[in-house]
Amino acid sequence: MAKQISEAALDAKSKIQMTTGDKVLKGIFYAFIALFAVICLVPFILVVSASFTQEQALTTYGYALWPREFSLDAYRLVVAGSDIPQAYLITIFTTVFGTFLSMLVTCMVAYALSLQSFRSRSALALFIYFTMLFNGGLVASYLLITKTLHLENSIWVLILPSICNAWNIILMRNFFNGIPASLSESAKLDGANDIVILFQIILPISLPGIATVGLFYALSYWNEWYRCLLYIDSSHSNLYTLQYLIQRILRQVNYAASQPLDQAGLAGTLPTYAYRMATIVVSTGPIVLLYPFLQKYFVQGLTVGAVKG
Amino acid sequence: MKVLEQQPTTGGHSKPKHSSIKSGGLWGNLRYDLRFNPCLCFLCLPAIIWFCVFAYSPLIYLLAAFKKYSPAKGLWGSEWVQLENFKAFFGSDAFFRVTFNTFFLNVLFIASSTITSILIAIALSEIGNRYFKKVTQSIVILPHFISWTVIALLCEALLKTQNGFINNFLVSLGMEKINFYQNADVWPALLVCLRIWQGAGYGSIVYLATIAGLDQSMYEAARVDGATRGQCIRYLTLPLLKTTVVMLTIMSIGKIFNGDFGMIYNLVGSNSMLYRTTDVIDTYTYRMLVESTNIGQSAAVSFYQSLLGFIIVMLTNAATKKLDPDSALF
Repeated sequence: MAKQISEAALDAKSKIQMTTGDKVLKGIFYAFIALFAVICLVPFILVVSASFTQEQALTTYGYALWPREFSLDAYRLVVAGSDIPQAYLITIFTTVFGTFLSMLVTCMVAYALSLQSFRSRSALALFIYFTMLFNGGLVASYLLITKTLHLENSIWVLILPSICNAWNIILMRNFFNGIPASLSESAKLDGANDIVILFQIILPISLPGIATVGLFYALSYWNEWYRCLLYIDSSHSNLYTLQYLIQRILRQVNYAASQPLDQAGLAGTLPTYAYRMATIVVSTGPIVLLYPFLQKYFVQGLTVGAVKG
Repeated sequence: MKVLEQQPTTGGHSKPKHSSIKSGGLWGNLRYDLRFNPCLCFLCLPAIIWFCVFAYSPLIYLLAAFKKYSPAKGLWGSEWVQLENFKAFFGSDAFFRVTFNTFFLNVLFIASSTITSILIAIALSEIGNRYFKKVTQSIVILPHFISWTVIALLCEALLKTQNGFINNFLVSLGMEKINFYQNADVWPALLVCLRIWQGAGYGSIVYLATIAGLDQSMYEAARVDGATRGQCIRYLTLPLLKTTVVMLTIMSIGKIFNGDFGMIYNLVGSNSMLYRTTDVIDTYTYRMLVESTNIGQSAAVSFYQSLLGFIIVMLTNAATKKLDPDSALF
């Protein structure tokens, strides 16, 4: 009997072994992923390499995976100019302070939304969720910010309108839903109120959730250029963010590219290629460098948001 | 995606102990919470204020769509023109162009990104080498975190006619150069490629998580019965991914009339030669607002887009509710 079973098991095992077709398929998958990964990675390498290349070599030979003639000129220009260091300060300030405010407001409301004892929670959830379904659009918020609130040309326009995000609030609530209710209940019996419970008990054990949602907010503050474009005019260029500086370079470049012929006069006023690439490295570098450490939080956030929510 | 009705999954919080105020009704609930949960009401306050100011109060400015808005007179002082702004927009050839482009580009994006994301997820899940899998997965997600401003600046270096990376390549193959920035016809395909590059890896995360959560014993049983890996994918993985695909597609259909302003504005900019195939509602509204400062008409276009989006969400949700109640959004 035992012999029969083990024979059957062996038989089954031999059947699970890979056929040639399986091996080919696996090979195709490896090749596909490798190819896609290379396509995703190559532009990054080209940018970094170009930023370290001498401008002359760049215009003669084009881009290469390794700098042909190594040079730090572009970075010297970046550091010497006043606009990029200033934009760095603005971007860091809006990212840090904005993310802090966003997380404060988001955690507070998301905690209330996660409690069953809070009876208005469905009405409040609808109030928040509705803004994802219907909104006034660009013109209405533009008029509000410039005509009623008069926030244009101030640093607050880069922070205040982006404090809340309905999707992030729902995501945070989903994280809080995973915390056992007994925890806050026992604290309540000991006489703590909900505010104390949130800040002293719930938040310290929700760090993964806070990291995920905080990263989503931080990324959107860091990549902000749209509000700069709309609300900050050129006489307040000290408020430009990093991404908006890139956007301005881009507009000059696009304008030149759409002209029928490369006019010598136009080309002369454009920033050099190495300078453009160095600007990209400086503005995107922090994200790419931090990314490997933060990846798991992004993945977690997406999974909680889409699968569980 | 029962966003509104979702209950806490692991253990609900305290059951209401005070039954002196009857539950039910918006005001009844509110009175109850103000009396027994004042701290929770306080916690909600900043968010409620923010949503009132930045999400609901702009709706008043939608009235500008029905006015001949002049900044000097303000919203209330400007004269009513009824539907003039809408008529002007619907009568112009921009109306069809931007509506079609927004819709068409989004359909292309949704289809291509979904297919590529699923492919990446399946390929990643079939790969045995853990180290290889981890590294490649990190790399394919990375482009998502790069803003369109940066991507557009890179594209210019790749696409420009003189000494551009791609045109140099074409010339070396003995082919004709393509004037990307003057040829509107190549742009839909180009935008699709860029969208795949930027978003497909990131999109695969959800599918990969779904595949990882599938019951492995099904696969073992199929293997024992002699199914090849290909058959497992065809008859097990793909059908099991259906719910996720449907759910995510519904969510994207809801935004089908929202053009990707960041993408289009950065890549195309003010290059009017490319408007024929790339101009979307969002970029058109922006130009109306900032460049021609026709605020009344841009408000009308903006209002038209919001309304269209809202109707689409409601319709898709109603349709899903009928076909597959579990996938409905609310």
